Amino acid sequence: MEQKIRALREQMEERLRGIDSREKLSAFWQDFLGKKGSVAELMKGLGAVAKEDRPAMGKVINEFKVQAEERYRECSERMEQLEMAARNRREQVDITLPAKKRENGTLHPITIIKNEIINVFLGMGFEVFEGPEIEDDDHNFTRLNVAKDHPARDMQDTFYISEDILLRTHTSPGQIRVMDREKPPIKVLVPGRVFRSDSDATHSPMFHQMEGLVVDKGITLCDLQGMLDQFVKQIFDENVKTRLRPSYFPFTEPSVEVDVSCFECGGKGCGLCKHTGWIEVLGGGVVHQNVLRNCGIDPEVYSGFAFGIGIERITMLKYGINNMGLLFENDLRFLKQFKD
Amino acid sequence: MIAPFSWLKEYVDIDCSAKELEEKLFGCGFEVEELTELGKDVSGVVVGEVLTCEHVEGTHLFTCQVNCGDRGTKQIVTGAPNVYAGMHTPAALDGATLPGGITIKAKPLHGIPSEGMLCSGEELGLNEDLYPGAEVNGLLDLPKDTAPGTDIRPVVGLDEYIFDISVTANRPDCQSILGMAREVAAVLGRELKMPRTDYHPSDYQYPGLKVTVQAPDLCPRYLAHGVRNITPGESPRWMKRHLALCGLRSISNVVDITNYVLLEIGQPMHAFDLDMLENTEIIVRRAREGERIQTLDEKEFALTTDNLVICDGNRPVALAGIMGGLNSEITDHTRQLLFEAAKFARDSVRKTSRALGQSSDSSARFEKGISEYTTELGMARALHLIEELGCGEVTASSFDESAGAPREGKHFTARISKINDILGIEVPAEEMLRILSSLQFEVKRDGDLLEVTAPRYREDIEIGEPDLAEEIIREYGYDHVVPTFLKNAAVTGGGKTPDQLRRDKAKRVMCAQGYSEVSTLAFYAEEDLDEMRIASDAPERQVIRLLNPITEKLSIMRPLLAPSLMKIVVENIKRGNTEGRIFEMSNVYHPLGEKVLPEEILHLGLAAFGNEEDFFRMKGGVEALGEAFGLRFDVERATDVPWLHPGIAAYILCEGERIGAFGKLANEVTAELKLHKDSKTHHKIFLGEIDYPKMISHAAASFRYHPISVYPAVIRDLALTVREEVTCGEMMSEIARACRQVTDVELFDIYRGEQIGEGQKSMAFKIRFEREDQALQPEEVDKYIKKILGNLKFKLGAEIR
Repeated sequence: MEQKIRALREQMEERLRGIDSREKLSAFWQDFLGKKGSVAELMKGLGAVAKEDRPAMGKVINEFKVQAEERYRECSERMEQLEMAARNRREQVDITLPAKKRENGTLHPITIIKNEIINVFLGMGFEVFEGPEIEDDDHNFTRLNVAKDHPARDMQDTFYISEDILLRTHTSPGQIRVMDREKPPIKVLVPGRVFRSDSDATHSPMFHQMEGLVVDKGITLCDLQGMLDQFVKQIFDENVKTRLRPSYFPFTEPSVEVDVSCFECGGKGCGLCKHTGWIEVLGGGVVHQNVLRNCGIDPEVYSGFAFGIGIERITMLKYGINNMGLLFENDLRFLKQFKD
Repeated sequence: MIAPFSWLKEYVDIDCSAKELEEKLFGCGFEVEELTELGKDVSGVVVGEVLTCEHVEGTHLFTCQVNCGDRGTKQIVTGAPNVYAGMHTPAALDGATLPGGITIKAKPLHGIPSEGMLCSGEELGLNEDLYPGAEVNGLLDLPKDTAPGTDIRPVVGLDEYIFDISVTANRPDCQSILGMAREVAAVLGRELKMPRTDYHPSDYQYPGLKVTVQAPDLCPRYLAHGVRNITPGESPRWMKRHLALCGLRSISNVVDITNYVLLEIGQPMHAFDLDMLENTEIIVRRAREGERIQTLDEKEFALTTDNLVICDGNRPVALAGIMGGLNSEITDHTRQLLFEAAKFARDSVRKTSRALGQSSDSSARFEKGISEYTTELGMARALHLIEELGCGEVTASSFDESAGAPREGKHFTARISKINDILGIEVPAEEMLRILSSLQFEVKRDGDLLEVTAPRYREDIEIGEPDLAEEIIREYGYDHVVPTFLKNAAVTGGGKTPDQLRRDKAKRVMCAQGYSEVSTLAFYAEEDLDEMRIASDAPERQVIRLLNPITEKLSIMRPLLAPSLMKIVVENIKRGNTEGRIFEMSNVYHPLGEKVLPEEILHLGLAAFGNEEDFFRMKGGVEALGEAFGLRFDVERATDVPWLHPGIAAYILCEGERIGAFGKLANEVTAELKLHKDSKTHHKIFLGEIDYPKMISHAAASFRYHPISVYPAVIRDLALTVREEVTCGEMMSEIARACRQVTDVELFDIYRGEQIGEGQKSMAFKIRFEREDQALQPEEVDKYIKKILGNLKFKLGAEIR
């Protein structure tokens, strides 16, 4: 009997080496562990063994059974691994085939920059106000201290709808509308589209501005520069500086033009800054006392500053766009480049 | 504003270079747009003394030996007929440059070696007014005291700098050489030397000469002064040169004086030939309707009562502030004249100038604004120049018509502390006093108080302290401003409003749906509405029209975004962009009446084009937009949107309200598009437009979560056969309505074929059942299915397949 088992063991190892398919594996099971398999036969043969030898013999048979099962399981696992590997090979794809996705749309670059600017000022406690695009003379000119005979009121520059109603030429009427509604402290941005009767390579009859207004006690020209310093650092570059120089707007006094040190060359002079080291980015100034008075705010108590940013200008500077027309052509090859 | 460096130096001792002055002016608010060196194109040209000059046989040429001082004696061949031995003339030597990009090379002429070129005045860029003799035919004959070999530029006055200065609108007083000189004196801390304005009128009075201003609102000040015994002639060299440097040609002494005063003082002057007036009377009045005038440039104009004219009692002799009449022009025969120096209202001049399309240097000055100080100074200066040039007798006929403006500068009290408060820095009081005095303000200090009188020409000074703050800081220097970060201001909350945040979100949702944002003009033309087949009586035709559009193509404020988007689509297809999705959130405009601001309604327009696009893709985008705001959109067939295909278009319904429409562009519109025929069939175009405020009004202000059932959902499939005309929407809403346990219905198949029969279709739905309170048993679901089937059969004739 023991000899028979030894032979079976050898036979079993021989069979195992030859197994390369599920069929052979189940045949192995049938032949060794099945109802009519070798183990079952050995068990049947146990009856013929002397009674006193039976327990020992049974143990030997059982050991063989356990071993066969163990070997079967090992073989089965190996089988599974092989099959899985084969399946994985079968299922392999060319990962360089084009992706399946719905391409995201993009925001217009003007919107992206507008949002960027707004975000800078939201952090400083500003709110956002949007006034009407079609305005009256009173808000667009008179209460902003633009005299009745000021050339800006000319039909050459302003689109009129009637004698008193016009397309706003700047976002500054927003100052008036805000100051009519709210009393200081005021910190507000007025983004929007504005219109001027101007159309050539560098002018569009419609463009975008962002007005900023701060009115409170003790606001000074120094605060204007301090805030704009902060703004240009966040929009352009940490190292960018501002420079104020005298200018004129009817609704601010003193009025300033604000230049930033060229972020392209660091102020050394290059094509972008026309070799001056400075780039003009916006205008501003201390809110004119007449404007405050026109809104019922006492200039003896309160003061403020205002600034106006040309969004196209900032957009073009930031993205290196040298033709403003691109911003209004809406060619998808252009628009799709701006990923926000 | 053009200012020659040498002219400025006549009023201020300028001890810095032109470049340095440019920087100083920039710092105090006057940007020099261009600083041109007059002789910048001329180099390598020296004074040459012609030693000998031999005619070359058989040619018009002369061979000259020219003494060029340090540069040696050069042989130069010239063709100029006026060359002579002993002549001093400009010699351009080898490598020299001349205006027009010319470089002179030593090379043989007619086989004779020539080491350069002898030059005419014009070849150096000179004209007769800049340098007498510059325009003679031939070489420029220089004075004999010019040293051979010296650089030609200082010799002929080409060592000159011309400033082109940008002057802000508040400083019309700087639109003159004197005005700029005042600023230069202030910024350099130098004294201003005023031009002489003294004159000595004779006793002669023109008999009967009268001046009347009938329209003082348009003419606040009118000065006139008679001059007689005019001796017409040339102006002196210095005057011609000054005019020439500013780009004006000399005409005659009297005319030159008027131009000179305009440039120097900034006062437009006019001179009438008194003998040409039909009446010895000057009347300043509004023109009569239809009255005509022919101006100096021989253009004729029909006038209206908006135009101010100067009349001689019978007829207009000048278009006030713009141009004189041909009928009273100063000529060589003029012996008696009347100078006019006036202040005309700037908007009147501007309006007339624009309306007639006629402008001049004078009208440009008047439009910017003239102070009465300038008017007085200009007249005095002109009369002085008459005497200085010796070209006439200043008479005692002097007229001054005034509407009564104050003859002194604005006076006010200012606080030093308040000026510093505005600036945010401490400017020392002595500095303030120094700066203000240098700008010709009269200032007296009493502690914190300044008693200030502004110069009369500073009409921009309005209210006091802020004006002074501006004057002080621009001279003191903006580099003294120390940036501070709202050190005194109160903390504010800030932030966007919920409405602003929702609009941002709407844009983000559109981007996520593959739509790219565009930005289009707010105006277009009536014909853009025609193209979209908008009926002439449709509400969209009630548009707001611009009074003064740039072109007819941009003449109405748009009532719809769709035409703009369609144009962008067409433009993109033309450029070879074969597919794309775009959207815009912008206002459309609706008139509410003549006197009130119109309604501005935010619309969201969208467009998709390309072979892959279809109605349902756009529908998906629209539904996703609604879902982002918790809105469920339904559709209703739209057969009457003129720009949409009647069979492939839908109104968007939100809680039963129409909030917009979308669909395929109408075939009739597509057919008219200026596109290649292939691209019309290839690029299907879909358009939509949503009334954003209407849409968002249905969105809940706040959101609370809805509990989810702890029990699993049961999903059943149902295939139903139904008549072709029954819509999916009807089926789905019927299923959903059958019982509240139905939480979702989804169509997953439509089948048409023989097995189903003609005029029938099979629709297969996945139906989801859920209960929050208990697990659903199969028998319960069966019951619901039975109910659904019953309803569908009864209402829509649907049979289970």
